Amino acid sequence: MIHTESLTRTFKVGEETIEAVRGIDLDVAEGELVAFLGPNGAGKSTTLRMLTSLLPPTSGSATVAGIDVVGRPAEVRRRIGYIGQKDGAGHNHRVWDELLMQGRFYGMGKADAAGSGEELLRTLDLEALRMRKVSSLSGGQKRRLDIALGLIHAPGLLFLDEPSTGMDPQNRANLWEHITRIREQRGTTIVLTTHYLDEADAMAERVVIIDHGTIIADDTAETLKARQAGDRLTVVVRPAEADAARAVLGAEGSELAERPDDDGTALSVRVDAASRAMPGVLARLREAGVDVVAAAARRPTLDDVFLNLTGRSLREGES
Amino acid sequence: MAVLAPPTPVRTDVVTDVGHVWWRETLTILRDPFSLIFSLLQPLVFLGLFGPLLSGLAGDGSLFGGSSLQWFLPGVVVMITMFGTSMTGSSLQFEIMTGAFERILATPLSRASLMIGRALKELTPLVVQAAIITLVAIPFGFVLHPLHVLAGLLILGIFGVGVGALSYALAIAARKTEWIFWAVQQSLLFPLLILSGMMLPLETGPGWMQVVSKFNPLTYIVDAERLLFAGSFGDVKILWGLIAALVTAAVGLWVGIRSIRKATI
Repeated sequence: MIHTESLTRTFKVGEETIEAVRGIDLDVAEGELVAFLGPNGAGKSTTLRMLTSLLPPTSGSATVAGIDVVGRPAEVRRRIGYIGQKDGAGHNHRVWDELLMQGRFYGMGKADAAGSGEELLRTLDLEALRMRKVSSLSGGQKRRLDIALGLIHAPGLLFLDEPSTGMDPQNRANLWEHITRIREQRGTTIVLTTHYLDEADAMAERVVIIDHGTIIADDTAETLKARQAGDRLTVVVRPAEADAARAVLGAEGSELAERPDDDGTALSVRVDAASRAMPGVLARLREAGVDVVAAAARRPTLDDVFLNLTGRSLREGES
Repeated sequence: MAVLAPPTPVRTDVVTDVGHVWWRETLTILRDPFSLIFSLLQPLVFLGLFGPLLSGLAGDGSLFGGSSLQWFLPGVVVMITMFGTSMTGSSLQFEIMTGAFERILATPLSRASLMIGRALKELTPLVVQAAIITLVAIPFGFVLHPLHVLAGLLILGIFGVGVGALSYALAIAARKTEWIFWAVQQSLLFPLLILSGMMLPLETGPGWMQVVSKFNPLTYIVDAERLLFAGSFGDVKILWGLIAALVTAAVGLWVGIRSIRKATI
């Protein structure tokens, strides 16, 4: 569905040249659900805008839905749906008018556009808002309308730029329910950007981590977490027993780390399947004469993956 | 559940695209028709309050080569065209800020149709406005030549598309600072209008004004409109007006399409 080769984009701001995207090689197969994850300014949206033909690349090439983005941008636009970060619907327009005209923009007949529009109003719970002026809608309602606008022509490939930014958790869950259902019905290939770790983790089948304009990791969330971070097992011990505990834990796993804790020292170590390893580790600690105060097994998050890859946390960037 | 194959993309031509863009914009008028009623009053105010002053100024009417109403009415029609189409960019600027512009850019609509459709929307109320002031003026001695007026509106339409496209390009250029759009629009609009001889005849003005007016495309439009509204078809000045309209439209669309392609919204 998507194939890019060293896709780059630079911007000139005054005398300075900013390399927003520096050489992205990406392949997305039909039916995939891919999330671009990265901090703000990492180049996620710029990449998306190049793939949707809204922004010409500085160099490199991209084929989307079998068509060269630079050579035939209009043909690419015919085959994709795009939901941007801002409000897609005109504030002075009515909900139904925008939906119907969007279908017409894609060359749909009146009856087709109306049929598809009715279905989307129902699915996205917008029926009661049909003749409302867009400016009078709430943020969540506007976002659902954006989704409807992006789907009216039933594109085989859908791009979403930060689809759930600014939504409350319930609206986010609803939004994802809608997107998942539409994907099941139509087999749509979906590429989205997000800086919500849990969203990428829960929804995407494939996570592409982008930082400073390049792809630094690309795999399923599970594999990334297993390879890049792994489970960690943490025990809290009294200072007097810390040395004995270190010896035991050092033999159990790798990447031994420690920090002070109210009850003494918290020691943590990377082990495979931490919760299964826990009983054995606790038994061996007891044999070594260590009286464990507290213990925890933790699955890694995508933030651990990002931290491991870049030395920075994704959460730090959030304000 | 059965997976539906995505439909085959449909190709549309520019005329269809223009129709769709025009209709989307026109729907905003139809949903709030009060805005149209209000805008209809404006040319009547000009005609009713400015017209009599001109008649008084002219005395015997020799200044205007006959009836001052016949002279002034085409000018008012040109003026409302300029007011309307030069503001094409303002609604666009709003949509650039809110995000609708980006959504529409991502559709397969042709770039020219985005501008032509929007300019035509500004021209739509104009046809109604022109009809109303013309009808109102008839009892006051205005002689109506329907075919000539239609030809005049056609030339104005072509010209208006050009002005609309330039306004569109201005909105994109000034997308980060809203006031710049209005500053440029206002500071160009009035000199252009005055230096076309639209409100007052330039023949009585200083020589430099007459020279400058020769470089103003609007001058040729105003001249052509006056001849057409007076029921003439044979004058070469009408041809010049048509050429000025076509050149403005071509330049406007060229500048507009370039600015859409170069813009990184």
